[in-house]
Amino acid sequence: MSSSQVASSLRPVSDRLAKRASRHVKERIIEAILFAAAAISVFVTLGIVYVLLKESIVFFSHVSIVDFLTDTQWTPLFDDAHFGIMVLLSGTAVSSFVALLVAIPIGTIIAIFLSEFATPHTREIAKPILEVLSGIPTVVFGFFALLFVTPILQWFLPELPGFSLLSAGIVMGIMIVPIVSSISEDAMRAVPMSLREGSYAMGATRLQTALRVVFPAAISGIAAAYILGIARAVGETMILAIAAGMQPNLVWNPMEPAATITSFIVQVALGDLPHGSVGYNTIFAAGLTLMLFTLVFNMLGFWLQRRYRERY
Amino acid sequence: MNTPKLPPQPAKVKAETKNFNFFYGDFHALKNINLQLGENQVTALIGPSGCGKSTLLRSFNRMHDLYAGNRYEGELILHPDDTNLVDPRVDPIEVRMRLSMVFQKPNPFPKSIYENVIYGQRVRGVTKRSVLDDKVEEALTNAALWDEVKHRLHDMAFALSGGQQQRLCIARALATDPEVLLFDEPTSALDPIATASIEELIDELKKKVTILIVTHNMQQAARVSDYTAYMYLGELIEFGVTDEIFIKPKDKRTEDYITGRFG
Amino acid sequence: MSLPAEEIAAIRANIASRKTRDLIFTSIGVLCLVIALLTIAALFADMVITGWDRFRPGFFTDFPSRRAAQAGILSAWVGSVAVMVVTAAVAVPLGVAAGIWLEEYAPKHWITDVIEININNLAGVPSIIYGLLALGLFVYTFGLGQSVQTAGLTLALLILPVVIVATREAIRSIPQMIREAAYALGATKWQTVKDHIVPYSLPGILTGIIIGLSRAIGETAPIITIGALTFIAFLPPSPVTDTAPFLNFEWLKAPFTVMPIQIFNWTSRPDSAFHQNAAAAGAILVAMTLTMNAIAIWLRYRLRKNIKW
Repeated sequence: MSSSQVASSLRPVSDRLAKRASRHVKERIIEAILFAAAAISVFVTLGIVYVLLKESIVFFSHVSIVDFLTDTQWTPLFDDAHFGIMVLLSGTAVSSFVALLVAIPIGTIIAIFLSEFATPHTREIAKPILEVLSGIPTVVFGFFALLFVTPILQWFLPELPGFSLLSAGIVMGIMIVPIVSSISEDAMRAVPMSLREGSYAMGATRLQTALRVVFPAAISGIAAAYILGIARAVGETMILAIAAGMQPNLVWNPMEPAATITSFIVQVALGDLPHGSVGYNTIFAAGLTLMLFTLVFNMLGFWLQRRYRERY
Repeated sequence: MNTPKLPPQPAKVKAETKNFNFFYGDFHALKNINLQLGENQVTALIGPSGCGKSTLLRSFNRMHDLYAGNRYEGELILHPDDTNLVDPRVDPIEVRMRLSMVFQKPNPFPKSIYENVIYGQRVRGVTKRSVLDDKVEEALTNAALWDEVKHRLHDMAFALSGGQQQRLCIARALATDPEVLLFDEPTSALDPIATASIEELIDELKKKVTILIVTHNMQQAARVSDYTAYMYLGELIEFGVTDEIFIKPKDKRTEDYITGRFG
Repeated sequence: MSLPAEEIAAIRANIASRKTRDLIFTSIGVLCLVIALLTIAALFADMVITGWDRFRPGFFTDFPSRRAAQAGILSAWVGSVAVMVVTAAVAVPLGVAAGIWLEEYAPKHWITDVIEININNLAGVPSIIYGLLALGLFVYTFGLGQSVQTAGLTLALLILPVVIVATREAIRSIPQMIREAAYALGATKWQTVKDHIVPYSLPGILTGIIIGLSRAIGETAPIITIGALTFIAFLPPSPVTDTAPFLNFEWLKAPFTVMPIQIFNWTSRPDSAFHQNAAAAGAILVAMTLTMNAIAIWLRYRLRKNIKW
């Protein structure tokens, strides 16, 4: 570089040095703003915890925890009020069980099929189908369960009432199929080809390789899929609110109407609830219970997912 | 470690390293490097994979600052103002305004040719259209690309061939009027014809800038550089005038590498 | 050395039976996919057929009414649009900013881990819990009321994880060399982010936003919990007025309804005439959701054409 270049590079350097302080400040401010946006997620969680705990504490000052956990009736809005959460939990459990009876077999079979058997052409067709299925609003599924599926079921089972956990559970199961199948499929595709090749080289068929080699190798991811499916079923609201009836019965037979934790909250929210009444606080106690269950399921599911991702 | 000073020729020293060490976390990647870059000369860094030549190159423009856990020790002095480039008080952004880099794989931005070349100026806050236009023409001419693209400056950069893209990256690096141009294996992803045109270009460019080039191709170093530094396992084994290193290396390790006994 | 004939026959029989099982499984697999397809088809057909009588232009411009044949979805779809505007206005800046911070700025620190774990958890929280959050905090404590702004804010928080994940994935696909090229030219971090990272990840981000919004538009439970009324026969006040400053924000505080709530309300009526309305509105809602998803995918394809990595 010639000396004039040298001279000009000396002057701008001090210019740039002067700009450096302000440039630094500007960068710091921007970083702080972006960090604040990311940190808001923490505040949302804190907000949820705060709201649920605050109202539940008020609730539990009127109702003992023992009653809450052991009472077999749920009649919070009556004069002789009972607050046995088991009633709602039974509805949630039964409907989720039915849903999983549908979603796990169908979802797993689809996952194995797409991962181990299907041609890319077939996958191109299957993917949109599953995406459409997962995009349908649950209120529409609820309508479908109540006014299409229930009459059809009643044709097979004449004693089925108009509202039932069975009908809601089946439709919920179909809604969950994409979750189970996509996470399971991801887990299976992550299994290295070399494992499969070892099996094929010994003369095994596709099915044998899929069931004896790939499936076990992907088991933690598949378990994650099932658990996240459970979490979704437990948290589902509208299908149950519309098609399962909202009668809080302690039932274990899916062919009956029943309320779940989620549909109870909807039922109360639809009515007129004075802010601060016991009825109002009840939905937060119910919500707290729901939150605890889904939190456990979700953490377990994510942990399992991370484990299989790390392995490969 | 006896590193020869540059022979007494018009060549002045543009930059030099003084007991320069570099650590990736705990790993001691560069050990006591002492070499000089002659002004308006091409200096080549050669050596087998993992010897630290890219690490040394990237220290010059503080690329390592982008990643956590790295540490510089010693000095990288830029003349004539004697700035220590790796001094923590020196802003890496300023360093990068004075030294430019061309990377191994051509990496134009998914923007137009014009916008690619001019990005360095935009970053400095230059907005006047006429100034930018002049800069674009000057940089592309110096990169031997102007005639090929002057009528399609607003086409996407990806429309160019590999060799043209790399010359575009060189133009982009030149548009900021750097004092030193750092080349990180610039032709390893290019075919022989494109490689030859870039090597020709480097020969022209050294009249305007000081050049430090990392290459894994010894013959390229022999063709293109005035001075060569042979590195091995993080150490500078030998440094001197290219012709001497290739014909009569002083260190046996250098000789082994050059004659292909390993590498 | 070759095998005796019966052994060869036995081996071949064994292979044949295993291959048959393969074939059976393939059929079962296809059958399962067909079940999924049939469900979609049946659902959509049921909606369209049941709601057939209601598909008239007036359906979109009439308010709900006690007479099923005259009830329309005007307040519902306008409400949905209004709420979506607020949702997007909150979720997009927050989600994209958070995604940028996590990918470009976040240091290896326990705070980063906490934030990431949080976002993953929030993705799994049932939507009705967001409704409880809104009811407990936004409606009363913050005083935002049972209004469009509360609904929009709640749904924004609901889809925030979707936007953040889409932003992160889009940013991650940018090769490191592009960043290095920008820095090597003397760009600051923010210049690199605004001149390169954001523009090149825009297709992926937009796709994520639209998919998030298509989810939000179908959400019912949190909106019910906030206390959206189910019989609304009026529209929120118009944002455009003819006196200065020509734009007002009264509509944010207005009571409202949205499409899924209208569908829920009509479905819950014992009078089956309203079920026809519910079906028609349901078909329209599904069509809206599917269209949004299709637009998202098309946009990503279109905008990625210029990017070659």
